[in-house]
Amino acid sequence: MSHDSHDMDMPDTVTSTEASASGSLDGDYDDAAGYYTPGAPLFDTKAPDVPIAERWQTRKFEARLVNPANRRKLSIIIVGTGLAGASAAATLGEAGYRVKSFCYQDSPRRAHSIAAQGGINAAKNYKEDGDSVHRLFYDTVKGGDYRSRESNVYRLAEVSTNIIDQCVAQGVPFAREYGGLLDNRSFGGVQVSRTFYARGQTGQQLLIGAYQALERQVAAGTVETFTRHEMLELITVDGKARGIVARDMVTGAIETHLADVVVLASGGYGNVFYLSTNAMGCNVTAAWRAHRKGAFMANPCYTQIHPTCIPVSGSHQSKLTLMSESLRNDGRIWVPKNQADCDKDPREIPEEDRDYYLERIYPSFGNLVPRDIASRAAKNVCDEGRGVGPEVDGVRRGVYLDFSAAIERLGKKGITEKYDNLFDMYERITGENPFEVPMRIYPAVHYVMGGLWVDYDLQSTIPGLFVTGEANFSDHGANRLGASALMQGLADGYFVLPHTIRDYLADGPFEEITEDHPAVVEARESVKSRIDHFLSVNGTRSVDSYHRELGNIMWEYCGMERTETGLKKAIDLIRSLKDDFYRNVKVLGSAETLNQSLEKAGRVADFFELGELMCIDALNRRESCGGHFRGESQTEDGEALRHDDEYAYVAAWEWAGEDSIPVLHKEDLVYTAIEMKQRSYK
Amino acid sequence: MNLTLKIWRQPDASSAGAMHTYELSDVSPDMSFLEMLDVLNEQLNEKGEEPIAFDSDCREGICGTCGLMINGDAHGPEVTTTCQLHMRSFKDGETITIEPWRSDAFPVVKDLIVDRSAFDRIIQQGGYISVNTGSAPEAHSVPVPRDDALRAFNVATCIGCGACVAACPNGSASLFMGAKITHLGELPQGQPERDTRVVNMVAQHDHEGFGGCTNIGACTAACPKEIPLDVISQLNKDLRTAIKHGH
Repeated sequence: MSHDSHDMDMPDTVTSTEASASGSLDGDYDDAAGYYTPGAPLFDTKAPDVPIAERWQTRKFEARLVNPANRRKLSIIIVGTGLAGASAAATLGEAGYRVKSFCYQDSPRRAHSIAAQGGINAAKNYKEDGDSVHRLFYDTVKGGDYRSRESNVYRLAEVSTNIIDQCVAQGVPFAREYGGLLDNRSFGGVQVSRTFYARGQTGQQLLIGAYQALERQVAAGTVETFTRHEMLELITVDGKARGIVARDMVTGAIETHLADVVVLASGGYGNVFYLSTNAMGCNVTAAWRAHRKGAFMANPCYTQIHPTCIPVSGSHQSKLTLMSESLRNDGRIWVPKNQADCDKDPREIPEEDRDYYLERIYPSFGNLVPRDIASRAAKNVCDEGRGVGPEVDGVRRGVYLDFSAAIERLGKKGITEKYDNLFDMYERITGENPFEVPMRIYPAVHYVMGGLWVDYDLQSTIPGLFVTGEANFSDHGANRLGASALMQGLADGYFVLPHTIRDYLADGPFEEITEDHPAVVEARESVKSRIDHFLSVNGTRSVDSYHRELGNIMWEYCGMERTETGLKKAIDLIRSLKDDFYRNVKVLGSAETLNQSLEKAGRVADFFELGELMCIDALNRRESCGGHFRGESQTEDGEALRHDDEYAYVAAWEWAGEDSIPVLHKEDLVYTAIEMKQRSYK
Repeated sequence: MNLTLKIWRQPDASSAGAMHTYELSDVSPDMSFLEMLDVLNEQLNEKGEEPIAFDSDCREGICGTCGLMINGDAHGPEVTTTCQLHMRSFKDGETITIEPWRSDAFPVVKDLIVDRSAFDRIIQQGGYISVNTGSAPEAHSVPVPRDDALRAFNVATCIGCGACVAACPNGSASLFMGAKITHLGELPQGQPERDTRVVNMVAQHDHEGFGGCTNIGACTAACPKEIPLDVISQLNKDLRTAIKHGH
């Protein structure tokens, strides 16, 4: 997960029936024909059939209990120690289960939830400004462009208030007012103030709270932590998840860990794009290995791209840094009208030679158009050759975000008060002072809404495998609202999973499995042979160079705008790059020591397969919704056009084997508590 | 820029290490320090030499994973993390010495990577508030004076990178520990366990082999989050109070 910031909300005006009528498909398109096999429809059977406001209470009551004395006989593996993983490990440890917690970092406290800046939403209605569980539910479904499952979202809104109570009790130092009560701000352009925050470090403070709760359980003996351990395979026995194969990243030992249930809280896969705001180590391997063992991957193409990141400075770039989107409130975005001016000092380009393209194309919203529109427009002007900043691989990828008018209006002091730390951060990274020279910005990938399919219990299509946080697909639909990632991670880990997992564990005690069970041996051997392969190729290209090339393909063809031609081209490119990788990658060192190239090789190998599936998913979905924009599905004004009549479903993909095309299962999205609407910005 | 890099290389915890010298040319001043090492590693890989192992993750100054001694300074010449340090802070032709964190309590794992799990074990001894999930009272039931909340926040920004230990001539983790003691001690929720927390954390700190504090202040000078030295006074004050209470 990455930073939430002040993302703008999307106004709704027209109802979907009108909008869809004007742009409905007149033929039976199947762009992805030949790339997949149709499968049986998929249903969530766990949400009780009662009115939405009663579902969670009903499910909690119906979920069977496990006697406290029996809990210590039941074991749980949790992969990942971000908000969703650490909170679950702590809570299940407190309940008395035997928990094993895994992370690839050197400490659970370093998981990438820590980098979230903005805040966490909760329907506390402390401001008495009309907020409620229903309104938070409504905003989240609408923000997700009506592509999330309403039962799950309603529950998320419902438990959001408990999260704040829990975190305050743990000592999370949220911002407070002079009277000593918690402060809130309005975020993501919503009309209520429901965002709790700890300056620009909310993710850090929430994660430290969860980490401390986890370490308390380590001391209590209920949780055992395995740091610098990477899950490389899921162990399934008789169709049920029963453990993992993990590599000790220091000694290189391939370890088998068996349990009664496995939870993946392994985060998102934004690093398939190579450059993203994710941490260097974020990867899809845990989720992808589970996918290959039978867990369906849902809506993998739903990616969120943030328009205000610091641009790439050269081919050495290793990651991207986000800046709060609130900067667009005062900054004006422009590029030179003429290509010849692109390498000039921006201060010497006269007003009449500047193109304030957002203000020109979208006169009513101007620089405040939603994230995806701002991002696409920036890419378009750069592709035209009018980008600014350093030339990387022949293209300048940056646009100006100019504060000179705002500095004139508010004074340097006014700007400092509003944006101080952001201006400092920008200067530290770029070496340029934004008070003197306009900032340069460019969009970057920072969150994925897609993930492993889960039912209302957060259980995947593999019995005994549960998935929480960014790693699952369920709550954000096609687009996530600001300050909702932290809410979902902690909701899943503290308040949802601990209730639903007990219904599964109530079937215990489970059959004893030993390390020499054929399925366990097979999983361990497959990991060893993959590692041996990477080390034995001894080719000519580094893992990073493949990863960078894959990222370029994904960004170009499966990024901000996707088209049938582009996606088909990307699939071909990915397939041949993957072939080349297995024949020509160069991984030095040995398997028996700490070997960072080897770690990366395994991750990149899985990114190839994920990248291909993302393109197939994007190809199948010939509509534009949320973060997914299909060039073929837009209004005359270039706005995203959804097709509820054909695509109001979750696309859940089943792995069909190395040499087969994936199987598509559709879960229809039915809204009983909310009416579908189409957004508009003009 | 062209640079000469002297880098500590050590195959694993039990082998001896040594400084190796590498020449690196065409370094862009816009690269981060770690991107400069990435480029060196790509070149080493090309030549068939195993890349240099170093830790990093978020690369935006918040996760606390990275940390190198650069020319003898923890995180280098600027007040920031190693990942946020950029090559424009160095001069063309410069020789840069790069070592892992220096401390007995942080043994080297490989090359520039150290084992900081001692920090986790200190937290296990009381760096938390005991509250089970679901048992928390309504968040507004206990107001917290704004200034207390602010001080708690300011010291809670510690990222656990270990620069304080690396910079301290005594190898003390008092700044790290003091930050946690102060964070939780400023809040009403942290009061019930205040005495036991400080006593147990200090005992674990000493057990791990960290040194004692002699008020040198190198820790706070090296801290990328600028945790103030007065958290150590707070730590000592809390410890005295706890002892007075019979702990």
